[in-house]
Amino acid sequence: MVGGFSYHRRSKQVIATFTGFEADLLRSLAGQLVELLRNEAAAPAETEDPLEAMFDFSGPTTEPDDPVLARLFPTAYREDAEAAAEFRRFTEGSLRDGKAAAAATIIDTLEDAGLPPELTEDGLMIDVELDHDEAETWLRSFTDIRLALATRLGIEEGDEDYWDSLPEEEQAAQVYGIYQWVGILQETLVDALWGE
Amino acid sequence: MSAPSPVELDEPELDDLSLPSTPWVTIVWNDPVNLMSYVTYVFQKYFGYSKKKAEKLMLEVHNDGKSAVSSGSREEMERDVQAMHEYGLWATLEKQD
Repeated sequence: MVGGFSYHRRSKQVIATFTGFEADLLRSLAGQLVELLRNEAAAPAETEDPLEAMFDFSGPTTEPDDPVLARLFPTAYREDAEAAAEFRRFTEGSLRDGKAAAAATIIDTLEDAGLPPELTEDGLMIDVELDHDEAETWLRSFTDIRLALATRLGIEEGDEDYWDSLPEEEQAAQVYGIYQWVGILQETLVDALWGE
Repeated sequence: MSAPSPVELDEPELDDLSLPSTPWVTIVWNDPVNLMSYVTYVFQKYFGYSKKKAEKLMLEVHNDGKSAVSSGSREEMERDVQAMHEYGLWATLEKQD
């Protein structure tokens, strides 16, 4: 079912072939991640002083409300709220931009490889060739996509049997199937990068 | 952490390295999502650790729930934590005991 990624020695590229359906699915997952990252603005925390608030463009100081974003941008200091807020102020904005840019790279690569804006054609195959940096960007973004899906599903350590026991027609079972598929793809991508 | 197929690896050896006398550490915490191979890859690539050391730290995270993966000044550890967040790992920093 999943061929996944492999390292092509002659061209020194990490390569994969996706069906149109798979490529379209990856584009959709990456697109949803970009939307989420840009949706809940990384707004600075409210301050008492309106003038100070107006000139405070530096970044947020409190954990995002959305659980996916809270997982993507964890609190760095567990026992020091002030230091955690400062860390967030200086890092969350650029982390968000980096993750959104990585997801956008997936979309751009797939479209450059021939994925049309609307998938209509049957039997379309998309060949992807990534250099080392692009492959690492995909690798990181697969993690973000998997963290987002897992957080939405509520996946916990060692609960595979529960998910496997869900009836196929349930939406959660289908999302879990996609989560697992991206995991297998990511596993082949790590192997391909190790094969360099 | 999860792995699509069971991975047979030796039990981690006891840590006989004495930690340097630097006061801050980066802690990576276990999560049910990140692949064992990916976590190993990140430790190897970002910290420049050998595959053996990277696997040992990954197994500590997996088996013990967390592992101190680097130590140094507070600024250095903030950089490491930010990098771990870039890679999607759940990392925090704290003063060493």
